[in-house]
Amino acid sequence: MLRVEGVSAGYGSFQALFDVALAVEAGEAVAVIGPNGAGKTSLLRVVSKLIEPRTGTIDFDGHDLAGLGADEVTALGMAHVPEHRRLFAGLTVEENLRMGAFLPAARKQFSTRLEHVYELFPRLAERRDQIAGTLSGGEQQMCAIGRGLMSGPKLLLLDEPSAGLAPVIVQQVFDMVQRIRSEGFTVLIVEQNIQQVLRVVDRAYLLEVGRIKASGAASELLASDDIRRAYIGL
Amino acid sequence: MIDIFLLEAILNGILLGGVLALLALGLNIVFGVIDVVWICYAELIMFGMYGNYVLHKDLGWPLLLAFAVCVVVVAVLGVLLHWLVIRPVLGGAPINQLLVTGGVLTFMQALATLVFGIEFRNLGISMPSLELGEIFLSQSRIWACGVSLVAVALLWLFLKKTYLGTAIRAISQDREIMPLMGVKPGRIYLITSAIGGGLAGLAACLLVLQYDVHPAIGLTFGPITFMVCVMGGLGNLLGGFLAAFIFAQFIQVGGFYFELEWGYVFAFCFFIAMMFWRPQGLLGKRA
Ligand SMILES: Nc1ncnc2c1ncn2[C@@H]1O[C@H](COP(=O)(O)OP(=O)(O)OP(=O)(O)O)[C@@H](O)[C@H]1O
Ligand SMILES: [Mg+2]
Repeated sequence: MLRVEGVSAGYGSFQALFDVALAVEAGEAVAVIGPNGAGKTSLLRVVSKLIEPRTGTIDFDGHDLAGLGADEVTALGMAHVPEHRRLFAGLTVEENLRMGAFLPAARKQFSTRLEHVYELFPRLAERRDQIAGTLSGGEQQMCAIGRGLMSGPKLLLLDEPSAGLAPVIVQQVFDMVQRIRSEGFTVLIVEQNIQQVLRVVDRAYLLEVGRIKASGAASELLASDDIRRAYIGL
Repeated sequence: MIDIFLLEAILNGILLGGVLALLALGLNIVFGVIDVVWICYAELIMFGMYGNYVLHKDLGWPLLLAFAVCVVVVAVLGVLLHWLVIRPVLGGAPINQLLVTGGVLTFMQALATLVFGIEFRNLGISMPSLELGEIFLSQSRIWACGVSLVAVALLWLFLKKTYLGTAIRAISQDREIMPLMGVKPGRIYLITSAIGGGLAGLAACLLVLQYDVHPAIGLTFGPITFMVCVMGGLGNLLGGFLAAFIFAQFIQVGGFYFELEWGYVFAFCFFIAMMFWRPQGLLGKRA
């Protein structure tokens, strides 16, 4: 589904990613874990083509993404739920969801998908006419993920969906991710809540200062002494 | 009993408010979406007024056809303004954007002087006043206000009910992530410029019924439009709408108690006081 090879990227003279390789197969859920500033967000941004890689190739669903803009990548079936949710704060919940279905192909499916998103997140249905900026943090995350699902993506990118949420809500977010997975969506998720994310994904990569330092099945990484010591604190 | 002339001034204020609301809308929507102030906005209106003059008076086209063509032509002019002048400096310092549209203002004034000379021109249409009891209202003002309000309502429906309209509102809140919705921001900018230009063209059609056109006519509408927009919160469509009616009441009612010029003085003083009290405008949030 997604194949990233030899990718480096950065901002100005600063290099954030060095020779990163990663793959996600259809139906899989894969996590990228790592500390603050490791380059996780930069990795998702380069995958969705919000920024251009300096070297390397990105292949998505059989398409080479070289030269494509983020809007074209979205049209190919990738949905990027960005860091800090980035809802359109002055628009209502439903208008935010409508923006997720902006592309002509998605517009045709708007009502079925809307119903589906409301089924997945009943809380959003109750608050459909509420201004998105006034939602609670957890509700905003539901809305951001819902907006991503409205395009009917083949691959869903999630950037730290649990960031900035109270511990109880964090658990709910991972339950949401689990539910989305079980619906058959392919997911690439970036997280710092390592222990929890490793319980809902199949495989994971460890990113440190722009380089992939380890990778493997989620259960292996969860059991790995190095990772437990460095990131889980046990 | 309320003074009949005061009532007339208030009604005239409402009629003026409708037109100011339309004027403000075009400038506001462009600023809200593209973050650029069209300093030459009133000169687009001037262009539309001359267009009407040429088509209707010189070429003898039916008035409504001339109106329709002018709206379209000024909309295209808005697109060209964005494509040729603003797009190249979009990433630059805001002052550059002001300077280039200011340059277009001077250019259009000079061009109008060159082509039409400095004399005042009008369509020579005079509509009778409407008599409501003892109150006299200008029919062209009633038409202008009515058409403005219909245009504002249609635009509001468009912004509220369509995908494109929602995208136009969304982009003013977070332009960076628009591509993640599959939206090309550049295309939205062009569409918005067409809407801004089209509104200027429509305003030209309504104003040419009431005012003579001359190369400096922009000075009559430009400053007032900017003030209404800033007073409502630059880029805030609803704020601009409310501010237009408040501003118009100051002009008309102030003008009723003193003289018309004093109405403008009051309105400008009110504007300055507002800037101390709420520098962000009535409904604005930007600092
Ligand atoms: N727009 C930018 N301009 C310059 N440097 C940037 C920019 N965005 C990120 N960086 C730098 O790139 C590096 C990686 O940042 P990135 O946001 O990808 O990390 P992250 O792993 O997502 O961190 P966090 O967990 O805090 O979100 C950081 O050192 C950051 O300062
Ligand atoms: Mg990040």
